[in-house]
Amino acid sequence: MRITQGTFSYLPDLEAGEIRAQVQYAIDQGWAVAVEFTDDPHPRNSLWEMWGLPMFEIADASAAMHEVTACIRAWPDHYVRVTAYDATLGRQTTALSFIVSRPEHEPGFRLDRQETADRRIRYTLHAYATDQPSGERYRREGR
Amino acid sequence: MTATAGPKAPGFAMPRPGHGPAGLAAPLRAAGARPDGPASDAPAGDGAGRPLAADELVDLDEAGRALQVSGLLERLDAEFVGLAPVKDRVREIAALLLIDRLRARYALSSARPSLHMCFTGSPGTGKTTMALRMGELLRELGYLRQGQLVTATRDDLVGQYVGHTAPKTKDVLRRAIGGVLLIDEAYYLYRPENERDYGQEAIEILLQFMEAHRDDLVVILAGYRDKMEVFFRSNPGMASRIGHHIDFPDFSSGELIRIAERLLEQEDYRLTPPAAEALAEYIGLRMRQPRFSNARSIRNAVDRLRLRQAGRLVAAGGRVGRADLVEITAADVRGSRVFSDSAARPPDHMA
Repeated sequence: MRITQGTFSYLPDLEAGEIRAQVQYAIDQGWAVAVEFTDDPHPRNSLWEMWGLPMFEIADASAAMHEVTACIRAWPDHYVRVTAYDATLGRQTTALSFIVSRPEHEPGFRLDRQETADRRIRYTLHAYATDQPSGERYRREGR
Repeated sequence: MTATAGPKAPGFAMPRPGHGPAGLAAPLRAAGARPDGPASDAPAGDGAGRPLAADELVDLDEAGRALQVSGLLERLDAEFVGLAPVKDRVREIAALLLIDRLRARYALSSARPSLHMCFTGSPGTGKTTMALRMGELLRELGYLRQGQLVTATRDDLVGQYVGHTAPKTKDVLRRAIGGVLLIDEAYYLYRPENERDYGQEAIEILLQFMEAHRDDLVVILAGYRDKMEVFFRSNPGMASRIGHHIDFPDFSSGELIRIAERLLEQEDYRLTPPAAEALAEYIGLRMRQPRFSNARSIRNAVDRLRLRQAGRLVAAGGRVGRADLVEITAADVRGSRVFSDSAARPPDHMA
């Protein structure tokens, strides 16, 4: 099941040139670009691992693209996203966030029903990937 | 729920940095992506023209006008007094760009030249000022994407403890990508007398980055000639990676007078004819004094002229008009210490 989180997630995967253009846009807006990765795709997992510090004060997308490729190369079986943080007073939040790389095989989620008191039922999402310990999820076959 | 793999683009293929957005979709390009600079893919962007057949001829002047290179060079000429070697080099770089674009239209190879530079020269010859303009120039010529200037000195590059230098240097380099990194007084990076100094590490990262990101940034080292030579002797790798060693000559007295006049003009002052004569005399005397630092000394002299003019006006009191505020008289110039010193001691003894 294809995970749709962040901007552009209903579009086909962005190509390098398109990512670059988006990153340049973020830089031109004065946002700090950061690269993050995870192998826990739960929609409420908003805090992904950081790939280095956010890049403040860069002027050209090449600098960020260098980090994006490095991160994808280091974590090929993880989700990698680019976030752009708007530090202006009054906003101070992530202004743009999109996935730039995803594992080849995404097993998706199952719905868990939990019986609680008074025949009530609680529903929760469970990612099949998280059955494996972190670091061993989304392994390609033969690895 | 069953597991179905979503559509997946085939691989994540990254073009080499500086070689342009290969797969950039047309709407995205229109939506504000800057066209990538380097000459290798330029003909696609700026209407430099259709591909040419091998036996076709093309008008160089017309192609040059299309690139607006001549206007750029004229502005450079107007803005800087003297500095012929620098202007020549910029002219050559601009010419190469033009030729490269034409070559690309004939489907000939046209690699981007290495543009790392080294500016050497006496104090006040315009090294830093020129570096500031260089980023803009190279961007307008299409060799740089952004053209911003990042200035770094030893402090910004070299760390204070083990493992501190690399992230620090890389951070500065990352900020400079797409523009110019000016390392002022670069020789302080290398301190041979202290073997535990981390400067060498910064130099190594710098060298590696200069090579790997040749298309992305231009590194300019600036400093005094003799110290720079020592620096290059101990870091031959640095010398060989820099393609342009440009020496800034000292200004002649005529050029210094023009600089002074231009500075005054910029600040809305006017010299009376006797004052202009006195200023020429002043510059002649000042040049023979120790610690004369070319345009910088002239700028300081101009500031003092303004001080003396203000002092004179206030001391005189009474009513003043616009003309009084604009005019600098011979007395303002001759009030300088340089004249009284040289009256007390003939200039021959000063050398």
